[in-house]
Amino acid sequence: MRIFDPHIHMTSRTTDDYERMAAAGVRAVVEPAFWLGQPRTSVDTFVDYFDSLIGWEPFRAGQFGVRHHATVALNPKEANDPRCRPVLDLLPRYLDKDGVVAVGEIGYDSMTPAEDAAFAGQLALAVAHDLPALVHTPHRDKARGVERTLAVVAESGIDHGRVLVDHLNEVTVKLVRDTRCWLGFSIYPETKMSPPRMVELLRTYGTERMLVNSAADWGRSDPLLTRATGEAMLLAGFTEDDVDRVLWRNPVEFYGQSGRLDLTDLEGAAATFAGNSILRGGE
Amino acid sequence: MTPDQLRAALRGVPDPQWLDAALRRVATDPAAIPRLFALAARRCGRGPLPDPPGWTVDEAARTLLLTGLPADHAATAEALYRHGDAAEKRAVLRALPLLPIGAECVPLLHDAIRTNDTRLVAAALGPYARHLEQPAWRHAVLKCVFTGVPLAVVDDLDGRADGELAAMLAALAAERHAAGRAMPADATALLDRLGDGSHPTTAREA
Repeated sequence: MRIFDPHIHMTSRTTDDYERMAAAGVRAVVEPAFWLGQPRTSVDTFVDYFDSLIGWEPFRAGQFGVRHHATVALNPKEANDPRCRPVLDLLPRYLDKDGVVAVGEIGYDSMTPAEDAAFAGQLALAVAHDLPALVHTPHRDKARGVERTLAVVAESGIDHGRVLVDHLNEVTVKLVRDTRCWLGFSIYPETKMSPPRMVELLRTYGTERMLVNSAADWGRSDPLLTRATGEAMLLAGFTEDDVDRVLWRNPVEFYGQSGRLDLTDLEGAAATFAGNSILRGGE
Repeated sequence: MTPDQLRAALRGVPDPQWLDAALRRVATDPAAIPRLFALAARRCGRGPLPDPPGWTVDEAARTLLLTGLPADHAATAEALYRHGDAAEKRAVLRALPLLPIGAECVPLLHDAIRTNDTRLVAAALGPYARHLEQPAWRHAVLKCVFTGVPLAVVDDLDGRADGELAAMLAALAAERHAAGRAMPADATALLDRLGDGSHPTTAREA
């Protein structure tokens, strides 16, 4: 089973996770820029964060044979802090980088006017840089958040086929299924979605444009739930080709629209001197 | 290594017109270089060049962009490094010995050597490291041994290795021995060539 986790925050995970993910079949990940739990207070700290997403983290992933890409954006929560808003001016520099395959996570947290402005502005950046967009949907007031999200997407003029609307569930899936947007589902140990519930949604709505991610981060989450979902699909009678479509070909097709997805030589070592600095540097 | 050699090596890239146009552009419009530098790997490729050995297509293309600037090489190299992803940083480090900058960009070597990204540490130890002060150079060589970077990447290794480096390597070998772990063969061979460090030499002491 080859797995592409289209949404995982590896910055918050350990090397043990990389080892377990690689052993489970995860060969590629996309790490969206997001909120780090502790609110940030200046633009410079975003610079260091974005730099790690296109520098250290891909190197770290490469030690374990995992290909790492990123999406870059000012996240919805911190778009509300005037101290962080100038991050928007930094983004064009990062959106030119090889490893950046989309603008994201953008979208809504509390649906404020500041979030409206940041969301619309960053969709425009995606269009200008010819990149897809990864759109987070809010935890609270989710259904109305998704409706408003789709309205903003329509207004922006971005091709719906280049938008991934994430963190959907049984209630919100229908709203997005009727558009040409891609649908993301985050499988969590307790909240968001579970593997059995995901299997039911795939039975109902099919595998087309459906993406499954672990969204693993600093909270209670599990980077192996992509694999668990694939196994639950097989047990429920889906074919291996169905699993491959959901866990590999769909994310490859979506992020491949950036023209920057690099999955060459994945079986081999990613770095010139693979397997050393982390394995030995910390001892 | 010269820009002409790199230019010849890049004749076979998939999109040579792009590179030609980019080089003309930076010669007359240096402000265009950040975007072109970021784009170069996507347009030219990332694979190894058969010749010169040890160079990749993206490193060579980016080096040519830097050497093609009409002025301000040091400041531009620094900005591209500071704003670059890991591959761009590596390309800047490879380009440094080909730029008319004296020792101005040594701080970039310090930055690269501080990282744990072995590709950057290796790229910092090319010919431009002749400007690196001896204590920093020794520690960088030791870091290569510690992190498994082949010592073949170190320019002028035997000309510059001294008694103090031998003492440091011998101490690492003793630690490794105590822990039941092996030293890389190239480090052991270097130590053999240098002696055991008990007879410090004065070769280019800092």
